[in-house]
Parts: sequence; structure tokens; C-alpha cells
Amino acid sequence: MASNKKYWKSVEELNENSSIVEKLEQNEFASDIPTDQFLGDKEALASSETSRRDFLKYVGFTTAAASLAACEGPVIKSIPYIVKPDDMVPGVPDFYASSIADGFDFANVLIKVREGRPIKIEPNKLAKVSGGTNARVQASVLNLYDNNRLKGPKVKGADSDWATLDREVGEALNKLKGSDKSIVFMTGTLASPSAHKLIKDFIASYPNAKHVAYDAVSESAALDAYEAMYGERALPDYDFSKSEVIISIGADFLGDWQGGNFEVGYAKSRIPHHGKMSRHIQFESNMTLTGANADKRYMVKSAEQVQTLVAIYNAVTNGTKPANEAVAKAVSQLKAAGSKGVVVTGIQDKNAQLVALAINKALKSAAVDVMAPKYVRSGSDAKVSQLINDMKAGKVGALITYNTNPAYTLYNGAEFAEAQKNVLSVAFTMKEDETSTNAQYVAATPHYLESWGDVNMKKGHYSLVQPTIRPLFNTRQFEDSVLKWMGSSQSYHDYIKANWTTNVLNGNSWNQALHDGIFSKNVASVKVEQNNGELDELYSAPAANIAAAVSALAKRTASEGLELALYTKTGLGDGQMANNPWLQELPDPITRTSWDNYVTMSRVDAEAKGIENTTVSNGALDGNLVNVTVNGVTVENVPVYIQPGQTPGVIGLALGYGRKVGVSDNMKVGVNAYPLYQNFNTAQSVSIEKVAGNHEFACIQLQHTLMGRDEIIRETTLDDFINKPKHDWNPAPHVQMDHQNVALEKVDLWEKFDDSIGPKFNLSIDLAGCTGCGACVVACHAENNVPVVGKEEIRKSRDMHWLRIDRYYSSDMTVERGKEEGIFGSGSFFEAQTHPSDNPEVTFQPVMCQHCNHAPCETVCPVAATSHGRQGQNQMAYNRCVGTRYCANNCPYKVRRFNWFKYFDNDEFDYNLNNDLGRMVLNPDVVVRSRGVMEKCSMCIQMTQATILKAKKEGRPPAKDEFQVACANACSTGAMQFGDVNNKENTIAHLKEDDRTFHLLDFVGTQPNVFYQLDVRNTKEA
Amino acid sequence: MKSVNQHNRILRLFLSSLTFILLFSAQLSAQEIDSTQVRTGKKIFNANCASCHKLEKKFTGPALGKIEERRTNEWLKAWIKDNAALRATGDADAIAIFNEYNGSVMTAFPQLSDTDIDAILAYTTHGDIDKVVVAGGGEEVVEKEPSTAWMSYVVLAVLILLVLWIYFKSDNQFLKLVSTIALLLTVAYFGYQAMMGVGLDEGYQPIQPIAFSHKIHAGENKVDCQYCHSSAKHSKHSGIPSLNVCMNCHKSIAEVAETTQVMIGEEKLGKTELDLEIQKLYDAIGWDADNFAYKENYEQKPVKWVRIHNLPDFAYFNHSQHVTAGGVKCQTCHGPVEEMDELYQYSPLTMGWCIDCHKETQVDLKGNEYYAKIHEQLSKKYGIEKVTVAQMGGMECGKCHY
Repeated sequence: MASNKKYWKSVEELNENSSIVEKLEQNEFASDIPTDQFLGDKEALASSETSRRDFLKYVGFTTAAASLAACEGPVIKSIPYIVKPDDMVPGVPDFYASSIADGFDFANVLIKVREGRPIKIEPNKLAKVSGGTNARVQASVLNLYDNNRLKGPKVKGADSDWATLDREVGEALNKLKGSDKSIVFMTGTLASPSAHKLIKDFIASYPNAKHVAYDAVSESAALDAYEAMYGERALPDYDFSKSEVIISIGADFLGDWQGGNFEVGYAKSRIPHHGKMSRHIQFESNMTLTGANADKRYMVKSAEQVQTLVAIYNAVTNGTKPANEAVAKAVSQLKAAGSKGVVVTGIQDKNAQLVALAINKALKSAAVDVMAPKYVRSGSDAKVSQLINDMKAGKVGALITYNTNPAYTLYNGAEFAEAQKNVLSVAFTMKEDETSTNAQYVAATPHYLESWGDVNMKKGHYSLVQPTIRPLFNTRQFEDSVLKWMGSSQSYHDYIKANWTTNVLNGNSWNQALHDGIFSKNVASVKVEQNNGELDELYSAPAANIAAAVSALAKRTASEGLELALYTKTGLGDGQMANNPWLQELPDPITRTSWDNYVTMSRVDAEAKGIENTTVSNGALDGNLVNVTVNGVTVENVPVYIQPGQTPGVIGLALGYGRKVGVSDNMKVGVNAYPLYQNFNTAQSVSIEKVAGNHEFACIQLQHTLMGRDEIIRETTLDDFINKPKHDWNPAPHVQMDHQNVALEKVDLWEKFDDSIGPKFNLSIDLAGCTGCGACVVACHAENNVPVVGKEEIRKSRDMHWLRIDRYYSSDMTVERGKEEGIFGSGSFFEAQTHPSDNPEVTFQPVMCQHCNHAPCETVCPVAATSHGRQGQNQMAYNRCVGTRYCANNCPYKVRRFNWFKYFDNDEFDYNLNNDLGRMVLNPDVVVRSRGVMEKCSMCIQMTQATILKAKKEGRPPAKDEFQVACANACSTGAMQFGDVNNKENTIAHLKEDDRTFHLLDFVGTQPNVFYQLDVRNTKEA
Repeated sequence: MKSVNQHNRILRLFLSSLTFILLFSAQLSAQEIDSTQVRTGKKIFNANCASCHKLEKKFTGPALGKIEERRTNEWLKAWIKDNAALRATGDADAIAIFNEYNGSVMTAFPQLSDTDIDAILAYTTHGDIDKVVVAGGGEEVVEKEPSTAWMSYVVLAVLILLVLWIYFKSDNQFLKLVSTIALLLTVAYFGYQAMMGVGLDEGYQPIQPIAFSHKIHAGENKVDCQYCHSSAKHSKHSGIPSLNVCMNCHKSIAEVAETTQVMIGEEKLGKTELDLEIQKLYDAIGWDADNFAYKENYEQKPVKWVRIHNLPDFAYFNHSQHVTAGGVKCQTCHGPVEEMDELYQYSPLTMGWCIDCHKETQVDLKGNEYYAKIHEQLSKKYGIEKVTVAQMGGMECGKCHY
């Protein structure tokens, strides 16, 4: 029975002497009201200039002045359109299908547009591939309203116009025509058929032109390997729903590995269905999101990862038994699964990627789709290095960069910037960045929500990008500029349409494709179940020399010293969205830290180096600083975060932080780790040196503690789930009454609330399907106008997230085992926990307002500002709230957030709500809360009400599963489901009856309208 | 003040008698023409000709006022019935007029009989004979209800005198106590009233950039509210019509009738002023009324109306919920808009006002499938046939505050 495990959120909790944890368990608010500050000092009070009488006078005057001022209402103007567009009704949102393809994230999306303003990104549920939206895609709408965007083109550092830029660049390009110097387009991965065609057209008229694709976070090794094996520069696609055993060696496939978007299939295989679920074994050095979701996680350094891969290859192909016991166990499971097994690796080495492909080929893995590969990465490390050498050698005449920021993301960015001065440099960019500051010509590009485009994310699957707003500034698309420079008068829209009509659509309707946002062609894909004989044929594409790859890998020896493993964060990714406050404030799923990157280090290493993390009195975390040196390149003053589950001997550091150009001052956070990303390898040999100073983290892991309640999270093993009765692993709640153990239903403080009439909303969260990715958190921000509070406020536990994803660590040491061994309740129980904390198991649990039917918050509100609705929502009337915060104190789930300040129009909080442009993202259906009121999840009442109204207007009952909320809508894995439980047809009604369903802290008797399905771990070994 | 009123009354009496005489004389002269024929002619004219012709002004086609003085009756009949045939005969006048209007073809009206055409021509000659009659009757003296406010002032003054007398002249301590309590209660009452009125904008009637009269549009011409406020049925906003909606009618209506009058505040606007108001619309959108075309490359200027009904941001209101789903008439909240020359806020728009209505209004659930099951369950629960909005959940805080 796994639910007796001991859970903790922060290592601090394992320290039984920690007064801070105790204090936080007692108090809802970490810091006391500072009465002492202004009442404690008697002397100061006595000598104060303001006497009591004066004070009363001031109060009287301000009251009178305020009431006088309130008498005169402001005159509000209403300005109608001159000619209203036909398809637009003010107050009714329009949805447009589009796609994002920024070189790092690729997704098919729906754009919600109100009064001509895009305000929300939703997943395009028509799309069969890449239809999910991660946190960055959700947040990308805010980039449109970024105050730091370029307002027009620049020539040699000064504001200019397009005519000048076109003339000068055109002349320069014509001069280069026919010379021995080349014109180079350096772009991020475009994956756009029309843009590629356009560049080809350009090369046809300028034969000395060429195109170099460059990915900031390179997948070159995997691309090279696939190319060597299957003859095309692309990435294999994986559908993990088809696998029963998943072995990942350093591949963070729930993160950004090979372009991401694998969580949909993965989550399908993780939800137990007919007693079956996948077994996921992870070998990795950092604690990644993928590792956190794994059934079994092994901490291995990079050299050991290579050995593991080789051992698996040998075991699969010629039956050699791996020497390592862990690998042997994994391999035996993999072999037993046969074609239902899959091996993926994130080792940045062509040979390693080749071997992984070879293993899957040998397994005939059903999860791998090599026939319809993905095009979401295309950069070649060799070509990029060659380009820089060419630039230095003076072989390049003009460099046109687009969708890329090499001066920042290249490890030799400084060298690049130097070489950039030798060439005619044109930077296409939406904002000033490190590359554009060195460029002679800066061509301002529109946001993708203002642009036309097309994307081919996967073979046979095409998507369109369409503008949803007229360009806000004097910008022009890269493609339109290229067309212009080629002397064409065609617009890029017409170009795409022509290209699609001849090459893509096969006679199908352009309008339909534009409406759907996607167009799919049939591509023969690998289907194991259907034909094994055909499969062999498909897999016998041009074979690469695997044997040579294996022997090359086998030569790799383990390094003795400290290793660095670079990674990208769920929030910022490669760093191009660094000026997005939603993403900066999104806590990292694992470390629960926002506004920073840091060195993650194991407890063992930290102790050896004398590095500490300390928790200060208000629950905030501080850490020591180190200098990190790779190959003579030093990144200074990097804070250290001691991370449970970090492989000893390896430190982790996130890329994408430390941007200096084009971002607001308050978002210049973290350090730039790209200089350490040498030769595009995420694994580096490193040395660190502790330096003086402390760093203040904005870490919320100690906040909202369990308050001493252990029952908050539930999980079980697949074995127990199948073989044991339900009450064993998901017991019904019991309470004590008259010294008797009675079922919870027998006892109630409240009267029953009749909610059988009309819709009754419930939200279901499947902990087995939740990967902790955080897309829901950002979606909630966007939908509900949740303010960004900034690093300082986060440190004070004043984060405003209506929805948080709690991350719990747990270890094998259960309470039961502790009792058996006689150490429970003693200090040694915590001791015993500490060691497993070196590689804990991780569970994620999204927590928002639970919308209790018997809500403790409602009973304590002195002004009845929070009340219960018949539809199951716990309603919060902000205008009625007087800010006593009793409700937050009485909430067992700690989900109510208090507005300590006015977060809009306030220079102290200089984020998007502090400027007119940034405020355009606000949802007009949801009020912006003011200072001094409580706020919390409303269960998106504006969305449920809109759905009801739509049904009423159309005179029909709501359709099956029609009701939606922002978080459930954004959840690509489907772990969150929402709906009306009174309609038994709905998915949610079935989920409520599921055996795995439980309510958070059910024994408190709050009867929440949010329920969870407990997590199941497949612990079966061999 | 009174004397001025009196003076006005005398003046008005004089003026109305004068108009009456004028009117009488006008009617006298009208006796000579066949008024039935003219009226029939007007009807036929409006049905068939008015979309392209006006009496006094050039429009899509030429002005037709007193056309009989310029063309013969036979020619006109031939032209109206089949102008193409007339032109084919090589009639110089017909070809000339055809060329003058750039070869735009006038519809042939073979269905019109000679009597019909004569009636039309009578109308073009004599004009609108009923107009004058209306003008005479329109001059009504509107008696205002006498104000009762002075009575409360008198009562108040008497009370104050009484209290003063009690304080300074009387020795009765009990009276003093009672009067003090009474005084305090009165002050509290008025104070409370005053405070409750803060932020209330009932009767708010700002000056609008264009003297637009709902009375003329919705009242006299019976334009449907939702013709202009078209998003009320779809959206939370009722929507202020965009200028192209105005132009649907005002392309043809460049001026008001002679007798049209609009009261804006105390000011009475007549034809001269009102035609200028329509001109404001043309200025905004760039309409060239003379050439009957939009000006090219014209910098259009939106009209900045002053918003009258303002709800605070924290209150969510949806027009379509009330208009489409609820079937509430616009006038329920907005008052007799069709009688208002200058629009004002009719309802207090307070929460109490909303809730009162939600408590009382019964939901008409017939014919809406959404309510079918809910209605059945609710009526069983409350044991009643009809349920109110409040019983449907329309009094929950979160329904309007989020």
C-alpha cells in the first residue's frame, strides 16, 4: 500500500528541527502583519509630528474629499466602427486556426480574438499531430503586446523606413551578385514549405546565396543519424501510446527533446487501462520532467549513459547480458515487450542516436514512425561552424538572419558578433536582440499572430499561419521582404496560396485548409500490427554502419571530474521569450523556482564543496554562488540549488536566461549559460568554484505546506491496483464520532445543498496523466487576467497563481516500514528519509480552488463575499470583499490568493499590466482585481456561463462535454477533464465513478467539486 | 418668473391663432385641387418613384417637382411606361435626359395606368398637401405638471422655525429632547438619501455629438431597435451602430421634413439645424450627397458618442441573455426610448434594481429546449408552474460578478 509513503515538498521539511516549517504549518501567511514596525517604537510615536487630532482631521478631510470626488462621474466615450466588418460582433469572440512555428515550438493552435485583439491561444483539436499547447505556446500571445517590440525598420542604428532599407540592401545584394562572396540566410528551423521554396527561388536568381539553418538548442546529432539511416534530414516521430516499455537515456521527451509534443501519446500509455500501463525507465543526470514522471529513475552520468545505450544495443541484437544489474533488468523488460518497447536517447552524439535508431529497428518498435518524420528541427552544427569560419575568413558578403539570435545563443557568440562586423548584416527580428544590435540593417518583423505562413511539422501534415490582427507596428514579414528584394510584386500570402495550390492541396479547397488551419496527406506510416513482413522492408532503408558507431561509443570512458548537463526549462525554453512575464513567473515544475536559472547540484556534491541552501524566516530560499568554468570559459556568480535526484558528480544549468538586449530590466534575470554549450554538446566537463555572496531564490516549494496532513496525495502501484481491493489503495474517508470510526457520509456539519437541477460542474484531474508541464498555469493566467507579481513578491509567498502544480517528493521509506523498523517518530526516521531523498520519486498534483460543496471559506466570510452556486462553483464577489483574509486562513487547500497591491498601472510592478499595449491581452469578460481583495479560481465561470448562454440562445440542451475551462482545455494529455456531472453522458460523470477517484483531504468533509484520480506507478521489474 | 410664463402663454396663443388662420387659408386654397388624387399620387410615388426621385432635389434621377410645367402629359406617360421605347423612336428630349444621367436606365413601369400617372403628376405639381395640416396641429402647447417641490421647502422651513422656537423660546425640556431626536432623524434620513445617491446616474442625459432623436427613428419611423443595435441579440454589448448602418437609410434621407422638430434640452431644433446634424454624419463617413457617392481618399472620422449606461467593471451584464434568451423588451430597462428626443438613463442600474427584477420576472420556458428538463425539475421542487429568474439561479453572486 503505497499511500503510506512520506511525502515532502522541500528538503527543509526533512529537518525535524526546522522552526520555519513549523511556523509555516501554523500560519497561513508567512510574514506577520508588521504592527511592531509602527507601533513598537514608543519614542518615535511620541515624537511624531502628527497628533491624534491631526490624524482625525486628515481622515475627515480625505473622506470628505473622496466622497466629493466620487460625485462627479467620468464621461465615457463610445466610439463605433465607421464600417463594421461583417463577421465581427463586438463582445463575441472569433476563433481563427493558425500555427506557431518560432523555431523552438511548433503547434497547431486556435486564436481567440475579441474586438480584433487576439487574447488567448487554444489548442487546435482538429490537428492530429502537434495539436497540444505547452506553456510557451500558451504564453506566446503576450509577446504580441510586448512593449519592447521594434516599431519599424532601422538602418545603421537609426530609425528608418522600408524604402531606404530596401534600396540600400537591394543595391548591396546586387553588388554581391556574381562576386565570390556569398549571401547567407541564417534562420532558425522554418519547417515552412513556402519559405523554403522562396529561399530556393532567391538562390536561383542569386547563385551565390545559401541557406544555413541553425537551432539554438541543437538536435544535430539526431538529424545526422536519421539522415545517415533513412536518407532525409528529419527526426523520427514517436507515439509512446503504442509502447509498453519505454527506456529513455537522457531524453527529456516530456520537455523539449527533439521538439517535444510527445506527452499526448505518453500520457495515454500511463493511464491504466484494462490493467495495463507502460513501464517507463529513465537513465539521466539532471532531474528532468520526464525523469520525474518515470516509474524507475536511475541517476547516471553522461559516459554511463553511453555505456547503458551500448549495453542495451548489444543485449537486444546479440543477447549479451548487460553487466549492470539495473540495465539488465531494463533490457529484459524491453525484450519481453518486443515491438511494444522503445528506446530514446538525448545524448548529443550522432553515433548514440544511430544506435538508438538501430535498437528500435531491431525491436521493430511500433512507437517509432520513421516513414513520416518530423521537421521541427533542421540545424546542422557543422554548417553553422563552417559559416562562422567563412565569415571570419571574409568569404561571406551578406548575412541575413531571421528567427534566430546567434550572438546570444552561440557558445562562440562573441566571435560571431565580431565576424558579423565584416559582413553586410541584416537582422530580421521582432525585438532588438544581441544579434540585431550588431547588424547594419534591422528589419522589424511582425508577430506570428500578424503574419502569413505555412508549416510542415511532420511529413504529410501541413499547417497554415494566418494573421489575426492588423500589424501593430511598421513591420514587414521576412518572406515579403525577400519577395521584394527579388523584384517580385507578389505578396507572401499569394505566394503561399500559389504554392499550396500547385504543391500541397491536391485540388482540395484552400479555404477549407485555412479554416481548419491544417491539411493532411496520407503518408504510408509504419503499422506493426498489420504487416510484419512489410515492416522489415520499411526498416531496411539505407543502412548506416551501426557496428562502427557502437565501437566508437564503446571507446568512451567515464570522466572523473564534475560534469555539466545543460538543459532547457519548461518556462523559457531557448530564451527567445525571455521578455514574457508569464513565463518568467511560471515556477519550474521540479524546483518550484521562478525568475531564475541556477546550478542544480546533488546533496553529496554540495556537502563536499561546502555549499548550502538556507531557508530564511519567511520561508524563502537562499543559496550560495559559484563560478562555473568549461574549457576556460567562466560564467560567474551562478546560484546553486540543491536538487534531490541530481546525479552526484553532475551539475545542471538551464539555457535561455541572462538575456541583456531587448528585455525589460526586471526580466534580465539569471545567467547566460550558452557560452558553456560548447560544440553544441549539452554534456560538458566542468569545474566550479564557490564564491562569496548569497542569492535569493523566488522559490515557492515551502509555501502552502501540507500543514501536517499526510493524506494529501495518493498513489499506488500497478500491482496493487490490479490485485488488491479498492479500499486497500483508495480507502473511503472515515472520521471519528463518539469514539467510533464512521464513514464520512454519516457526519456533516452542513446541510445538504440541492444541486441536482441544471448543470453541476466538476473538474477531474488524473495524476497518472499529469506530467506537470505547467501549460494549465499559463492558460489560467491568460484567461483570468491573473497578474504577475514579480520575484520579490514571490519570495514573500505572494504569488497570484490561481492554479499551482504541487510537486511532492517521496521515498521508499514509508510510515509502515518506519514503524516496522522502529524508527518512525524518531529522528532516525527523518535520517532514513534524507538518503532516499538523493533519488526521490516525484508526484505532481495541480491544485486550484476545490469548489467545496461545504466550503469552510464561505462560513467565515464576514461580508458574504464568497458564496456557493448551485452549479457547483464557489463564487467570489471581489467588489464585496473587504480583505479580512479569514477565508484564506480557513481554506484547507491554501488556494486563495490575496491582492497585496494594485498590480496594474503601478510602476512597482512594471509588467504587461503597466502599459497600454500589454493590457490589450486582458480578457474583457473577467474583471481585473484591485488591491485588498481575495481572488481564486472561479472554475472559469465566464466560460461556463458563455456555454450556457449559447445553448439557451440556440434553444437546445448543452452538448456532450461542451463545457470547458481554460486549464482543462489547455491540458494536452487530457489529464484534466471538465464538465457537467448531472448529465450522465458526459465524460466527467464516468470519471467521478472511477475507482481511482478521490477528493483532496476528503476526511475534512468539504465535498469538493474537484476530484483526482490517484497516480499509479508500474513498479514491476522484469 | 411667473410673468414671463404668462407672457409666453399669451405669445403662444397669438401664434397658434395666427397659424390656425394661415392653415385655414391654406386649406381653403387646397379645396381647389383634388386632394384624393394627390394623396393617391403620393402613395404611388412613394411606392414606385421615391427610391430614385425627389420633388425638390436631384437624386438618382431628376427632381420631379412641377414636372408638368416642363414636359407634356403625353410625353411623360410615354416615358414612364416604357422610356426605352420612347428613346427608340428618336425623341430628342428622351435621349437628352438619358445622356444627362450617363445612360443609367430608368425602370419601365408598364403596370401604371394613365389614372395612376395622372395622380403621380398631380402630386408632383401640388406637393404634399397634408404636410401643412400636420404643421398646424403640431403646434401644441405642452403644459408642464406644476412642481410640488415648493411644498416640501415650506414644510421644511416651518419645521426649522418650530425647532428654533423650541430651542430659544420654550422651556419645555421634553419638547427639546423630542425635537433634537426629530432633527437628528431628519438629518440622518437626508444624509442617507444623499449617500445612496452617490454614483447613481438615473436621468443622466449627456450632450451627444449629434442631435440624434430616438423619437424620430424608433418612434415615428418605427425603426426596430435591433436594426441599429444589432449585436444586442448576439453579444453582451448592444452595440452602437457603425456609420455604414446609418447610411443604409441616410443615403436617401439627406434632410428632414419641413415640420420635424427635436427638443435637445431646452433647445428646439428645426429643419435647418437638423439638416446640419445629418451633414455631421456625412462629414464623418465622407458622403457626397450631391453626387450621391462616397468621397475617395476621404479621412473618415468616427463619431464619439457619450456613453450613457455605464456599469462598473465588476458587474457583468449580457444583452443577449436578456434579449434573446429572456425575451425582455428593450423598454423594460431603457424606458420609452421611442418617445425620447434626447436619450437619458431611465433606470437606476443599481444591483437592487437588477435583483428586484430577477426576483419577480418569471422565465418563459416554452419553446426553449434548454429549459425543458430544468423546468420540469424546478417546478416539481417548488411546486409551482412558473419559476422566477432568481429560482433559476439568477441571484447568485457569481452569475454577474467575475
